[in-house]
Amino acid sequence: MGDVRRTLDGVWRIESARLIAGIARVVRDVGLAEDLAQEAFVAALEQWPESGVPDNPGAWLMATAKHRAIDRLRRAGVHDRKTQELAREIERRGEYENPDLAAAIDDPFDDDLLRLIFTACHPVLSTDARVALTLRLLGGLTTTEIARAFLVPEATVAQRIVRAKRTLSAARVPFEIPERQGLAGRLASVLEVVYLVFNEGYVATVGERWLRPELLEEALRLGRILAELLPAEAEVHGLVALMELQASRARARIGPGGAPVLLLDQDRSRWDWMLVERGLAALERAYRTGDALGPYTLQAAIAACHARARAAEDTDWERIVALYDGLAQLMPSPVVELNRAVAIGMACGPAAALELVDAISEEPELREYHLLPTVRGDLLERLGRKAEARREFQRAAAMTGNMRERAVLLERMVACAPGNGS
Amino acid sequence: MRVMVLVKATEQSEAGEMPSEQLLSEMMAFNEELVKAGVMLAGDGLHPSSAGTRVVFARSERKVIDGPFAETKELLAGYWLWQVKSLDEAIEWVKRVPDPMPGAEAIIEIRPVFEAEDFGEELTPELRAKEQELRQQVEAGQ
Repeated sequence: MGDVRRTLDGVWRIESARLIAGIARVVRDVGLAEDLAQEAFVAALEQWPESGVPDNPGAWLMATAKHRAIDRLRRAGVHDRKTQELAREIERRGEYENPDLAAAIDDPFDDDLLRLIFTACHPVLSTDARVALTLRLLGGLTTTEIARAFLVPEATVAQRIVRAKRTLSAARVPFEIPERQGLAGRLASVLEVVYLVFNEGYVATVGERWLRPELLEEALRLGRILAELLPAEAEVHGLVALMELQASRARARIGPGGAPVLLLDQDRSRWDWMLVERGLAALERAYRTGDALGPYTLQAAIAACHARARAAEDTDWERIVALYDGLAQLMPSPVVELNRAVAIGMACGPAAALELVDAISEEPELREYHLLPTVRGDLLERLGRKAEARREFQRAAAMTGNMRERAVLLERMVACAPGNGS
Repeated sequence: MRVMVLVKATEQSEAGEMPSEQLLSEMMAFNEELVKAGVMLAGDGLHPSSAGTRVVFARSERKVIDGPFAETKELLAGYWLWQVKSLDEAIEWVKRVPDPMPGAEAIIEIRPVFEAEDFGEELTPELRAKEQELRQQVEAGQ
């Protein structure tokens, strides 16, 4: 029994997204498709200990889910002819279980998978709902796993998923890949979800831990899958590059006592150089599409500047400033301005940067943003204005929700106290 | 988690027998599937041990011993590095690997890679800091 459970868990991870996608294409309802896939999973759990694990567990699950789909539709009293059509459609799709066909370049499974991704990330859903649904449908994560990763009650996640499925049904969201003209906007919605999962893993906004590797890995996996499904989309590669490059520093970001270590203070020998290579390669793929550089690609290009510098002093800050100029034009936002100011602070000195920071310090978007006082504090400290710097670090510490980060800020505050240091 | 997936050598692989064209194309299709699933990080085949060399650490001595090496079943013929959710997922992927040694008993071993969190969240950096401290003390004492 334990062995069957393990096998099934492994198979589920590999097959569930394609299973749900394949069924959804036929029943045209993602929520129903997931229920059917779950039923097939339970059936396997009941039957496999007796019958043994089938040679092709994925095909078994698909066949079982399809039979349940037909049963379900018959019971619901759907018009006979329609049921028959559907049954024929289901039969026809049986041919895709042929492994030779599945391996063909024009893999119909890939299209189903893309449909599933676009549906789970549909803009009709709230961001929270999109995130939960994507991890559930594409990652095969259980409600418990999602809840644990985001430190929210299981019931909250369960409800988000139920509501999301209902919203998709009510809004009659078609199970399809968006048309060319709508693709960019819909893709942005998908990439946003992936990057959000990544960021929650990379800089946990709540809790004691500084990193959540399970979310980091899940986001990377989703990004890598997308890059293969949509190889012509520059921004997909841009996002993958950005995530690989950021993830390459994960190990170096935690210092003694679990405190975060800032990029420029990191021991670069602790970076994951395989991920750096992968990130640079993904960035190259983004460039090769020939598209104009989008926001993710630009951010990845900035991250690449850091990755290429063997030591912090070797960083090409002029190039980073130029890339931020591009980013600020593409998506003008106070947060980007703040980052640009940091780069200018490195390229041209703290005084020029402080001027820029002061110009945006009243932006409502930055009111709750702890990095604004952090950056201000840093610049003031470098200018020798310790008393002001101290106040800024104190403000920043009160604003961050991450305990590790708070501890670092409080330390910097203390370091700026009169009589401390020079 | 990351796993190293190790394909053990056989007499054929040690004899330098090249895989058939069919096996190569099956392997390529399988690797493509790994890439599409976001699982593949790296992977390659290895030359037989006759092309390899060992460096043996014996106290202060470093002995260089050229291949081939005798214990065929303990040798490697190839490897992958995968990113998976669990060991269970890795096992299922390995079951799908095209038989790498047709006609012989092939063994594929899965070994989880140490991740930062395996050391405990703080242990490594702390140890490193301690080590650094010690080194400074030693240097200062000299």
